[in-house]
Amino acid sequence: MAVEKPKLIDEEGRRLDGRGPADLRPLHIEVDVLANADGSAYVEQGNTKILAAVYGPKEVHPRHLGLPDRAILRCRYHMAPFSVEHRKSPAPSRREIELSKVIREALEPALFLEYYPRTAIDVFVEVLQADGGTRCASITAASLALADAGIPMRDLVAAVAAGKVDGILVLDLSDVEDKHGEADVPFAMMPGLNRITLFQMDGVLTPDELKECV
Amino acid sequence: MTIFFERRELVVPGDLLAEGDYEPGENVYKEDDKLYATRVGLLELKDDKISVIALRSFYVPKPGDIVIGDVVDVGVSSWAIDIKAPRLAVLRATEVVGRPFRSDKTELTKILNVGDTVIAKVKAYDRTRSPMLTMGEPGLGKIRHGRIVRITPSKVPRLIGKKGSMISMLKRETGCKIVIGMNGVVLVRCKSPEDEELLIEAIEKIERESHVEGLTDRVAEMIRRRRGLGSGEAQADR
Repeated sequence: MAVEKPKLIDEEGRRLDGRGPADLRPLHIEVDVLANADGSAYVEQGNTKILAAVYGPKEVHPRHLGLPDRAILRCRYHMAPFSVEHRKSPAPSRREIELSKVIREALEPALFLEYYPRTAIDVFVEVLQADGGTRCASITAASLALADAGIPMRDLVAAVAAGKVDGILVLDLSDVEDKHGEADVPFAMMPGLNRITLFQMDGVLTPDELKECV
Repeated sequence: MTIFFERRELVVPGDLLAEGDYEPGENVYKEDDKLYATRVGLLELKDDKISVIALRSFYVPKPGDIVIGDVVDVGVSSWAIDIKAPRLAVLRATEVVGRPFRSDKTELTKILNVGDTVIAKVKAYDRTRSPMLTMGEPGLGKIRHGRIVRITPSKVPRLIGKKGSMISMLKRETGCKIVIGMNGVVLVRCKSPEDEELLIEAIEKIERESHVEGLTDRVAEMIRRRRGLGSGEAQADR
């Protein structure tokens, strides 16, 4: 079943939502939104809405999961059944398990895990509404929730996607642009230290285009 | 040698605070010659030492600290105490009874049971093992009455004040007994419930406004005003 590809960029170089190629979607951030979590954050990036909660550091259960030389970071990325157009099963999908790992690995370099051996830090990311770029918004939200929880960090982690749509390189792809575009490059970094913590690519780009995305 | 922020300015993790020959204090780390913040908080300068007073933190045990915690488990010869630290603390039975302990003779639940709250002292902690507690000193032991207030541990020094100015003011103005656990758990014991409410409100105010100058005086004024209105008796001798 072929879906006709919509025109993603018009003659004047505007995108579907009126943005230019390098424009980000409007960003709205709140921290300390949940009373029961040690730290929490809410991030809205256009129509993508993410809630993140952090617990810990705390005792690891079961005990043998703890590491003798550092804390373990556990992430759960989950999409609410109502976050997408057609109800998503609340059971964790293959994609969510992978994204949980990707988010964890994007956050780990920012934390001083070696300070708190045999403990665990739990990060829960809940996608309330998805419109592209959920992993990037999740990383931003989770890093803010960690800072809100008072967990020592080398730097905050901020993430955004780059990509190629209708032959043009763009930033912060929305869902349609991601689905019908040529490439998607999610990217997370610690801005103060100028270090990259996440770098993925999906699609086709020439090496020069990839460098330009960065 | 440059500092990029003012004293008491808000910083977030990863902010470059200073460059040069400075000493990193609390919540600051140094890489090469650059100092970065590791927590959200307010910058503090003391000579060449730069630190950040965290807006929120969790308790990391330090030997010698007085802490207040809840008994969460009873073992064969020890109790597990939740002191709001990353790990549960261990309180050995010998530390409580003060003599060699025979588990077949004494039942631990008769001394302390799950749900009890205790004042204890951190005896040892080295990050790799659970913190060890002791109760063999005056002032330590099971709490029988009073109320518990929780504040974030990084605000405990503010609640105590310079040379104990804040805490002694609170005690003087309200006539209550206050025990501050370094883990951010505070026990208050007052003669009347009204005093207790007022004191808890004052402690919460201190936590919220810990960065504002002249806080001790303003809290003292608040207590005096409320007590004057509440009980109708002027505190003539103060």
